[in-house]
Amino acid sequence: MKKYVYTAVLLGLTWACASNSQPPKEESPAPVVEDNSLQPSTSASSAAYDSVKGAGKYTNIELSAALDQKMIAGGKTVYEVKCAACHKLTDEKLVGPGWKGITKKKSPEWIMNFVSNTDEMIDKDPHAQAMLAVCMVRMPNQHLSDEETRDVFEFMRNNDSSK
Amino acid sequence: MRLCSIAVLLVAFASCKPRNEAGAITAGAAEKVYVAPGKYDEFYNFVSGGFNGQVSVYGLPSGRLLKIIPVFSVMPENGYGYSEETKPMLETSHGSLPWDDQHHLELSQKDGSPDGRWLFANANNTPRVARINLATFRTEEIIELPNSAGNHSSPFCTENTEYVVAGTRFSVPVGDKQDVPISDYKKSFNGTVSFIKIDSSNGRMSLAFQLLTPAINFDLSHAGKGPSHDWFFFSCYNVEQAHTLLEVNASQRDKDFIMAVNWKKAEEFIRNNKGTLKSSRYAHNVYDEKTHSATSTIENKVLTLDPSQLKDFVYFIPCPKSPHGVDIDPSGEYIVGSGKLAALIPVFSFTKMMAAIEKKDFDGDYQGIPVIRYESALYGEVQKPGLGPLHTEFDGKGNAYTSFFVSSEVVKWNIKDLKVLDRKPTYYSVGHLCIPGGDTKKPFGKYLIAYNKITKDRYLPTGPELAQSAQLYDISGDKMELLLDFPTVGEPHYAQAIPADLIKNNSLKYFRIEDNKHPYVTKGEKEAKVVREGNKVHVYITSIRSHFTPDNIEGIRVGDEVYFHVTNLEQDWDIPHGFAVKGAANAEILIMPGETCTLKWVPEAEGVYPIYCTDFCSALHQEMQGYVRVSRADANTPLKYGTNLPDSAVAKN
Repeated sequence: MKKYVYTAVLLGLTWACASNSQPPKEESPAPVVEDNSLQPSTSASSAAYDSVKGAGKYTNIELSAALDQKMIAGGKTVYEVKCAACHKLTDEKLVGPGWKGITKKKSPEWIMNFVSNTDEMIDKDPHAQAMLAVCMVRMPNQHLSDEETRDVFEFMRNNDSSK
Repeated sequence: MRLCSIAVLLVAFASCKPRNEAGAITAGAAEKVYVAPGKYDEFYNFVSGGFNGQVSVYGLPSGRLLKIIPVFSVMPENGYGYSEETKPMLETSHGSLPWDDQHHLELSQKDGSPDGRWLFANANNTPRVARINLATFRTEEIIELPNSAGNHSSPFCTENTEYVVAGTRFSVPVGDKQDVPISDYKKSFNGTVSFIKIDSSNGRMSLAFQLLTPAINFDLSHAGKGPSHDWFFFSCYNVEQAHTLLEVNASQRDKDFIMAVNWKKAEEFIRNNKGTLKSSRYAHNVYDEKTHSATSTIENKVLTLDPSQLKDFVYFIPCPKSPHGVDIDPSGEYIVGSGKLAALIPVFSFTKMMAAIEKKDFDGDYQGIPVIRYESALYGEVQKPGLGPLHTEFDGKGNAYTSFFVSSEVVKWNIKDLKVLDRKPTYYSVGHLCIPGGDTKKPFGKYLIAYNKITKDRYLPTGPELAQSAQLYDISGDKMELLLDFPTVGEPHYAQAIPADLIKNNSLKYFRIEDNKHPYVTKGEKEAKVVREGNKVHVYITSIRSHFTPDNIEGIRVGDEVYFHVTNLEQDWDIPHGFAVKGAANAEILIMPGETCTLKWVPEAEGVYPIYCTDFCSALHQEMQGYVRVSRADANTPLKYGTNLPDSAVAKN
């Protein structure tokens, strides 16, 4: 099943790329996005790719049980300047997907790699590619510092812990 | 390949009728200029735009146009001169000027070599010097020159960019009495030569001092190097002091001058309070990268030195005949004067010049300034080089290359023995030449570019007005080899070229939004707002792929002055957004990532006006749009704004 879904996603993407000079056809099926990347990928196209942690500098993020209020505050500031234009804090998609639940679905490493190594992740990561096919806007790399990246992740954790 | 070259040759013969076979393209030329897709050129070539007032940037050897940097002329394409932030850049003592004539360029130097930090540009019509930051490729500063007209012999710099100079092509009345008969030229006019001090930490320019000179015309200039480091050389014409029909009347004398100025000695005079502070009005405009805004200040004092009173720091060397270029070889010993009406090229020796000054080996004086005897300063003459020598560059291997306007050719000659080694035609009427680093201590050599004034039949015809052109020659061998023609924008005069490595790694990719100190910045959509202050309305608006916030605005009234302060929230390379308003008596603005730009709009009629992004930014670029509702001047439409507001949203404010 897993494999099947990825193939469908890849096919969808291939279609999107091949026909990007054409308007999309009405009857084309929407790409299926099934978020299962907390499980290791066995996708043939990316044998060496770690779809749990993604590609980038973050390979092991240790999280404390308690949330760090200072980091949350820093993350909120970054969010408002660089992220809020496209991402809501609910699960509602604006330009990009809403953030609610993201830390439950994705590993800290994946999220922080996606934030800091956006282009490579969009090019390599099956889930990111699938999201691109849905959102149709490549997420810009907003060039967050290491500290800002970590702060934003803490802000996301806090967002998922509340309510 | 062979066949191809033959075909090229045939075509060349058929259409261009080269005057000799040397003009033909040799096999392999295409390979030498081919830069594969996605690959970088080896050199940046900064080319003056002449009457378009801008600077163009080409890659070499491909001749590909990379960018046009707006400097002295407005550029509706990106909003330079139209945005509120850049309007002050074009302020002068004559008010805001939309145009100038940009002739010469000089890269900043350290130890006599280009350091890739700044590019200086002159304005010929309303005398100014600009400094372009080569990290941003933006004009960062413009200083006006008072007591000047036709700032032609500019903006050449000393070996460590201590000074950039500017001189008058037109002598003018200097001082309080401006309304004088033109026929009083000899009595009432003066030339001036200005030395602009450059702050080595940030490039900031200030007018250090101005030499008051006889009323002659200064054409070009170059600083000494090495042993001649303390000196600056200016070519002079119209020593006849004609004020009408210069074509004839300024060509009477057999020789004009090269003026040698010891700027170290000038500094000494200033230290000893020998200068006179005079009232003057000139604009000084500075663009701040943090506020993304320019300010214009009117300065009112200039320090003047009079070389007819202060002795021993300014000398004339006779030079045949109406010299254009005055070019110093890489060693700093040889001074080449290119007399555009002369049948030879004189080469002066700095050592001999100094000896002549020491011995006071003078041929009298010209209006109080000593004239060194021609033969005493002369190293030798290049005989029969061609017709109409204009300008000389150097390859660092002991050779000089001089352009000949009248005979349309480039001539290579040896500096030591003054023998002509090679000549190649140009198509047609070459003005300036450029060799990468060709006016510095250590030329990079390899290529020579000829900038031609006339193209006639070289390209597909485009009506009466044709492009000017550049021609690229390989100068790595004994003989020059023509590789490429490429049309240029505006009219190129002097140019500079520099290895790409000295610039490309410092190129800024985006402005950090954290550092944005614009007074109307919007750091995040949360801060987006519309604020009314009387009839001024400030719109704090953000852009990000692919929407504006706010994108629906109501409550604007006819007669309001609306300022759209657009902040681009992107933080990645090559993601500009554009902004345009229907009916705006203005240009668009292009906003770079992290930058804030302001477009002023004064709506004259009620209605609903679209706004949109003009720079294709994403697959949903076409959706990046909004509406501004304009009501009658006396309407009570509440101020209301937002993006994706529910229709029921109540008015804010």
